[in-house]
Amino acid sequence: MNIVTDNKWIGQRTIRPDGADKVTGRAAFAADTNMPGMIWGKVKRSPHPHARIISIDTSKAEALPGVKAVVSARDIVDFPIDKSVMLGIQDMRWMCRNVMAREKALFPGHPVAAVAATTEAIAAQGCDLIEIVYEVLPWSVEIDDALKPDAPILHDFMKFEGKPSNIGGKLEVKKGDVAQGFKEAEVIVERSFTTRPVHQGYIEPHACLVSVGADNKTTIWSSSQGQFMVRAMTAYLTGIPQSDIRAIPAEIGGGFGGKTIVYLEPLATLLAKKSGRPVKMVMTREEVMRATGPTSGSKSTVKIGARKDGTIVAAQGTFYLQAGALPGSPIRGAVGCSFSPYDIPNVLSVGFDVLSNRSKVAAYRAPGAPIGAYAVECVLDELAEALKMDPLELRLKNAAKQGTKAAHGPVFPRIGYIETLEAAKAHPHYSAPLGKLQGRGVASGFWFNAGGESSAQVNITEDGNVVVTTGHPDIGGSRAAIANICAELLGIDYRRVSVLIGDTATIGFSNLTGGSRVLFASAMVVTQSADKVISTLRERAAKIWEIDPEAVKWENGAAHPASPNAGQFEPLTLADLAAKAPSMGGPIGAGVQLNTEGAEGGFGTHICDVEVDVELGIVRVIRYTAVQDVGRAIHPGYVEGQMQGGVAQGIGWALNEEYIYNKDGKVDNPGFLDYRMPVCSDLPMLDTVMVEVPNPKHPQGVKGVGEVPLVPVMAAVANAVHNALGMRFYSLPMSPPKVLAALEGDGRAEAAE
Amino acid sequence: MTDIRYLSARTLDEAISAFAAAGSAARILAGGTDLLVQMRSGAVKPGLIVDIKKIAEMTDIEETASGGFRVGAAVSGMVLAEHPRFGKVWPGVLEAVNLIGSKQVQGRASAGGNLCNGSPAGDSVPAMIAAGATVTVQGPNGRREMKVEEVPAGPGRTNLKPGEILVSFALPPRPKGSSDAYLRMIPRTEMDIAVVGVGVSLTLKDGVCTAARVGLGAVAPTVLLVEAAAKALIGSKLDDAALNAAGAACSAACRPIDDKRGTIAYRTKVAGVLLKRTAAIAAKRAKGN
Amino acid sequence: MSKLHVSTTINGEPMEFLCEPGDTMLDALRGPLGLTGSKEGCASGDCGACSIMLDDRLVCSCLMLSAEAEGRDIRTIEGMAHGENLHPLQQKFLEMAALQCGICTSGMLVASDALLRKNPKPSEEEVRFWLAGNLCRCTGYDKIVRAVLETAAEMQEAAQ
Repeated sequence: MNIVTDNKWIGQRTIRPDGADKVTGRAAFAADTNMPGMIWGKVKRSPHPHARIISIDTSKAEALPGVKAVVSARDIVDFPIDKSVMLGIQDMRWMCRNVMAREKALFPGHPVAAVAATTEAIAAQGCDLIEIVYEVLPWSVEIDDALKPDAPILHDFMKFEGKPSNIGGKLEVKKGDVAQGFKEAEVIVERSFTTRPVHQGYIEPHACLVSVGADNKTTIWSSSQGQFMVRAMTAYLTGIPQSDIRAIPAEIGGGFGGKTIVYLEPLATLLAKKSGRPVKMVMTREEVMRATGPTSGSKSTVKIGARKDGTIVAAQGTFYLQAGALPGSPIRGAVGCSFSPYDIPNVLSVGFDVLSNRSKVAAYRAPGAPIGAYAVECVLDELAEALKMDPLELRLKNAAKQGTKAAHGPVFPRIGYIETLEAAKAHPHYSAPLGKLQGRGVASGFWFNAGGESSAQVNITEDGNVVVTTGHPDIGGSRAAIANICAELLGIDYRRVSVLIGDTATIGFSNLTGGSRVLFASAMVVTQSADKVISTLRERAAKIWEIDPEAVKWENGAAHPASPNAGQFEPLTLADLAAKAPSMGGPIGAGVQLNTEGAEGGFGTHICDVEVDVELGIVRVIRYTAVQDVGRAIHPGYVEGQMQGGVAQGIGWALNEEYIYNKDGKVDNPGFLDYRMPVCSDLPMLDTVMVEVPNPKHPQGVKGVGEVPLVPVMAAVANAVHNALGMRFYSLPMSPPKVLAALEGDGRAEAAE
Repeated sequence: MTDIRYLSARTLDEAISAFAAAGSAARILAGGTDLLVQMRSGAVKPGLIVDIKKIAEMTDIEETASGGFRVGAAVSGMVLAEHPRFGKVWPGVLEAVNLIGSKQVQGRASAGGNLCNGSPAGDSVPAMIAAGATVTVQGPNGRREMKVEEVPAGPGRTNLKPGEILVSFALPPRPKGSSDAYLRMIPRTEMDIAVVGVGVSLTLKDGVCTAARVGLGAVAPTVLLVEAAAKALIGSKLDDAALNAAGAACSAACRPIDDKRGTIAYRTKVAGVLLKRTAAIAAKRAKGN
Repeated sequence: MSKLHVSTTINGEPMEFLCEPGDTMLDALRGPLGLTGSKEGCASGDCGACSIMLDDRLVCSCLMLSAEAEGRDIRTIEGMAHGENLHPLQQKFLEMAALQCGICTSGMLVASDALLRKNPKPSEEEVRFWLAGNLCRCTGYDKIVRAVLETAAEMQEAAQ
């Protein structure tokens, strides 16, 4: 594997291939598409947090003029509780109950039926006409309530330690012997933390358009992070074979993990099948907030012990994460990532999956890791204070590096964590002066990243340009990076490379867009495809020149004799060889399908400055620098963009975002007015430092970058608030009423002179 | 089926007679920044929407000979900001109107709509109350004047009689040495509903406050006129003691609830803090006048 | 059931459409008018993805009845470029990576254009507060603000 360092396109800030369409309003998102004869689908949702469904009568809805189809749980394939059927990390037993309630409605907003009609208004009316008899049951939302001895149990089949329980799973990671380790500690800090559930906050609601022919041939156009996942889940849930389903990924208006499962597609498919008409379904913002998976709220306890010289000897974490109404909270991320930046001989990290009557959680950017890092990085800050050590020095002293055995198992190869710490320390931000009521905090974080299946095709057009088809929806700028790589490899102008995202019928299997894997995986298969194309090009030139292919090199977009000995020939360009293709063996192109391996985790170290209005309890972030080991920034603009976006989400999570429930167990703030994401005026410029430590296992040195940026943020903000006020906050968000109450409790809610 | 009718009235009489005839099923449309949201959520299902934006009296701004202003109820915040003099005379009212929502919302939202929506947190209302504004209201039984503080009746309700439309605001002429200010507490920097809103209008003569009015929003079922706070300011040099007393009067006047935007304790405390800050800004502006 | 017939001007072109009295301008744009560049993120005026110009005023099309378009002048994202010539803001957004998923981009551009028409030399703070009604979840706003400031500076220079 060669790391190319003398680059014309890699590392350049090229214009993204989907850019012109996006700035002119031409880009087709799922809700923008229409088909002739299209009708509209709407979902009827449970008003109750927890209820047995006694009966469903759809007759009045079916009789309403304009209604063309009605579906309920009986139309969806059942996955019996006693047999787990996995699709990636999702279990179809839960998926079939998530897209529509079966035995019980499990949260307010849980779909219970769906109607398709000639207009949205009629479909909504149809939903109102469906009569459902519920047996309302007691419910719980918060972790504490779900774990009480007399808590209402969501699922009779769920047992923990032999008893019916709302604990859906436990995960443990162990290294060494923590009990012994803590004995050697001279300073120990143990703290407990809580976080509220937050939503990924994508601006585009879920949407799909599905057409089903009389022969079951199904076309799905949807906003999703994985067209193969859409095809597979829809096949599972409707019984239509995968080969009869073509899932097309529309441009996606944000996902962040929340669109790695399906909500509407199976329902729209069944409605389309029953009605014989294409069915379009678009969620309202309220539906998105009530009924799609946000991430977990949490309760964590972290204990870290060190010797007086700052060597960490033991670390322990217990993380309770909410799963929502069905199992599957991201305890893997909390348990596995939180201690990973550090070389600690004794670690015990345990996670519990807690069920309660809220929507089933979905992945959110490094799922579980930001929650765990918030706790660990805040405890490290207190530890540094107790040790009278600079917080970055404490981390440097204990930093994981090549050869360190991570708590979650693997031995780290060449990683870039120490480089991020050193870059943070050396950054002018770290030594900039601070004013009154201003404070600075730092935090680090880690995310696994992933490789996985990817397919690509690189085809040379008859006029000598390039079309690349890849398999993953583009949520971060991966098309731009692929175009950079392909242009670099083939030695041609970037503008001659067209990058498209294939659908399930036009490209080979490719796993989800998520796990910070798209560029890693797709670059690998694109590179291998391009390499094959170059081989073909060299062979064709060799044939023309009547020399050995080994004597031909490909450079600057043309075939050249590899050395003067090979002969004197004019270069043959891509266009030349493309024109000759029909008479020389046919089309020039290659495709590769692989389960890519060699993905390595990423690290970030962040510096955050805040200013606090102590009379009103308002915290504002006034400066932020995110340092990350990005492997190789194929397109620096979009790597920076990933970092800045993750930071903004983390600031929202730290300061103002939270799900608020009313006394009836329903979400009280299901909209952008009261679910308070950062607006433009809330944030300063977000500075980024990309540390390039290339991944040795990847042809361009690529490492996943998308998820790491969210991991350290909440702790960085909390540590900054501590630096400003001298007080620690152990629960998020640090919203004004909480901050003011803490300041008043401390007797310090007075304006500074 | 939704049976909504839309009428773009050309005269006030046309608007009133259609509005009155349709009874409780009718709604007035100015900027629509509350009405359309309520329609979309299903909270409101109007039978008739009367669009009043073609009626001159409701959409123009007039400066009277004595230096007062008459502002049509449907004038948008953006249009109000573009008036050459209004913002100089009433900077507090202007900034209050232009804190509602986003720039997009300010391109449509009006003080009249804000007042008639009846939200205790409506940003323009504390400033209008502090300004001592009155409104002209017209209905099937003719015209009448009301003080702005008499309009809100409770969350989502006003004291307008059936068929009455709010036509315009009248702001009184300003004595020399007068100005106003509006501040609100919101968790973000924009786009939030006020957790507490304070409007202060005052007159200074030789450094002494000779007149003051204080409007306090989002801490009670209606926006409040806090006379006790004004009393604490009048006659003082707006020193710390006076400001603290006025702030305390505001905190004492609070009858808030705990909701998704703030707690009782928080609002009560913040009311006092904001009063001091708002009064200080109004005073600084007044000194310049 | 009687639909309203509306005659209006969109991006300089006279256009007519039918709508229900309760339909919003966003419904009309994305439905009968086939102009899907304006997006629905919330339908409650909180995200700005549906931003358009109404008689030179920046508004949310989800907060306007389509019936109100009668006789008015509407400009949407689709009218920002001239044929194949992008508006300087559009070009700058591309050059400075001021977009990722693109769902907020239409609204962001319409709003930024409205700002520069009103205030050709905004400060960073002015840009941020003007765009507070345009939510973005992907970029953290940094590159968007820089793109607007750079475009303003370039347009000022060009005007000299």
